[in-house]
Amino acid sequence: MPADLLSLYAQMLRSRLFEEAVTRLWAEGAISGEMHLGLGEEGIAAGVVTQLRDGDALALDHRGTPPLLMRGLDPVLLLKELLGRQDGLCGGRGGHMHLFAPALLAASSGIVGASGPAAAGFALAAKHLRPGSVAVCFFGEGAMNQGMLMEALNLAAAWSLPVLFVCKDSRLAISTLSASVTGGSLLARAQSFGLTAAEVDGAQVLEVWDKAGELLARLRQGQGPCFLLARCIHLEGHLLGDQVLRTARAPVKEMRSMAGGLVKAALAPRGGTLRQRIAGAGKIGAMLRRSRQDLQAPTGDPLAVARARLEADPERLGRVEEETRQEILRVVREAVRP
Amino acid sequence: MKFADAIDDALAQAMADDPKIVILGEDVQALRRNLLVRFGEERVRNAPISEGAFVGAAVAAAMAGLRPVVEVMLIDFVTVALDAIVNHAAKVEAFSGWRVPLVVRSACGGGYGDAGQHEQSLWGWLAHIPGLTVLVPSNPADAGGLMTAALAAGGPVIYLEHKLLSEPWLEAMGSGGRSTVSFDVPAAGARGKVPARWQPLPIGQAALLREGRDIGLVSVGVGVHRCLAAARTLQDQGFSAAVLDLRTVSPLDRDALGRLTAATGRILVVDEDYRGFGLSGEIAAVLLEQGIACKYGRVCTEQTIPYSRALEDEVLPGTARILRESLRLLG
Repeated sequence: MPADLLSLYAQMLRSRLFEEAVTRLWAEGAISGEMHLGLGEEGIAAGVVTQLRDGDALALDHRGTPPLLMRGLDPVLLLKELLGRQDGLCGGRGGHMHLFAPALLAASSGIVGASGPAAAGFALAAKHLRPGSVAVCFFGEGAMNQGMLMEALNLAAAWSLPVLFVCKDSRLAISTLSASVTGGSLLARAQSFGLTAAEVDGAQVLEVWDKAGELLARLRQGQGPCFLLARCIHLEGHLLGDQVLRTARAPVKEMRSMAGGLVKAALAPRGGTLRQRIAGAGKIGAMLRRSRQDLQAPTGDPLAVARARLEADPERLGRVEEETRQEILRVVREAVRP
Repeated sequence: MKFADAIDDALAQAMADDPKIVILGEDVQALRRNLLVRFGEERVRNAPISEGAFVGAAVAAAMAGLRPVVEVMLIDFVTVALDAIVNHAAKVEAFSGWRVPLVVRSACGGGYGDAGQHEQSLWGWLAHIPGLTVLVPSNPADAGGLMTAALAAGGPVIYLEHKLLSEPWLEAMGSGGRSTVSFDVPAAGARGKVPARWQPLPIGQAALLREGRDIGLVSVGVGVHRCLAAARTLQDQGFSAAVLDLRTVSPLDRDALGRLTAATGRILVVDEDYRGFGLSGEIAAVLLEQGIACKYGRVCTEQTIPYSRALEDEVLPGTARILRESLRLLG
């Protein structure tokens, strides 16, 4: 089946608009605590999840919204959960990091790397109970340094489990540059466990769709686990209100609270040498510069990339965008209704 | 001084005194940026998301002469590093006499809507293991004093920093720069007077924060402040409630518990950690072992902490529940 860019774009837009609504509700204080969104990951989610079938399972990380929406979860139920309502998906008890949809065989976790073992288990059950079905897990590149995920790669290879491991590589583990805490290449790492591995640009949904389709076909034929490394950016940083991103966006305002402590510490007697102190300050500067670069990289936005290619038929594009907007407006209205 | 600043200030003092002290953990160059610009990146080292490896490495580094303060961002994530802590840090000295001068620093606690994988306390669970010291400060002076003590202890110490007291954690995980959300932060815990130069507080010594005749409220961390609030209300109703801040979960201050019980005859343990098989039950056992008869009650977390703020308020031990249970014991 060839990919239909417009329908993939519609899925991505639906997720984007939903998460933008979540962002507004979070800013208004209707949602407490942390909020990790998949803003920027939509190309990866759409390219993979739209190819799943009944009986396939999903092991999700702390950014479960896009895959769940694309898998067909009722968006009203999901939004009600994020709002902590007792009529939400998990009765308001789970929240955005602990979303569970048994009917879809979809489970998420707030513990980095935990989706790997979960996918292996879903795939083991599939082997026994639903031959031909697969399990997909999503995780960030930061999780690739977590032991349980490495163990899951090996387990899936050893037991020849039908797992598609999808690594969403944003290059930043929270605010730490992943390259600075990671040895070797992630692709080679997966290959060394015996997995069939491929790399794609997550901003190119068609590229993701093609490659994921190949890997899923291998899985369904029982040819062992696969690994897809997909680059992406996080448009809102690690989480809403990301302090590094906030500081990069409004340095004067944010640095006001930070600068005093930094200057005092940098000048404090006893401690590192001048060279060490300057290098330390340089680390903080680099952290801020990195997030600014992400802000200025709209080419990394999968929606912008897809939309540019769809502009040839503005009428169809406009119709789909309007329908999607209307749907999300309805979803929000219904979810916030007392 | 603010709670988290006190911890980092005590750390800075100790790091200036002892070049063997290093900080390891995920994102610590962002979290401890003030220590980074003073002591450099060799002593404030970012780790990959590999708790099993870097906590395990910290244990052996401590054995080999370094003095690591290893950060496990949230105590919920300690589950991933338990082998290093439970089977190694806690046991090496018992097996061999080889000391493990390690501090595991971690944020704990709830009250800001982050649900059961990010808001646990787990201090009782860790204190269960022989060989581990578990510290839970409730105010800035204790926070710095106990960190200084942890660094001087010479053995593995779990140091827990409650997120409602620690402004940077609450800012990062709760408000995210918003003014549209609010949290029940105990002011006396979040900010307070601190000494000009840090001295180690005695580990295993509770602090009687309020004298009382009718009932003794016992807690740690944020629970201490909920108890103080309840004690003020009880006073308005004609009851005299004492408040004991344990400060140290392990070792427990058995003498202070005994004295408080003998003086009041009624003990209410307020524990944000889980009710079963934990601190509250341990305190009951300690009193029984001392042969002290009393009326006993406990207000604890009894289930997985729910995400919804309204549900969370019911599950975490709040002032209303403390009052209800106090009045039952006093009735």
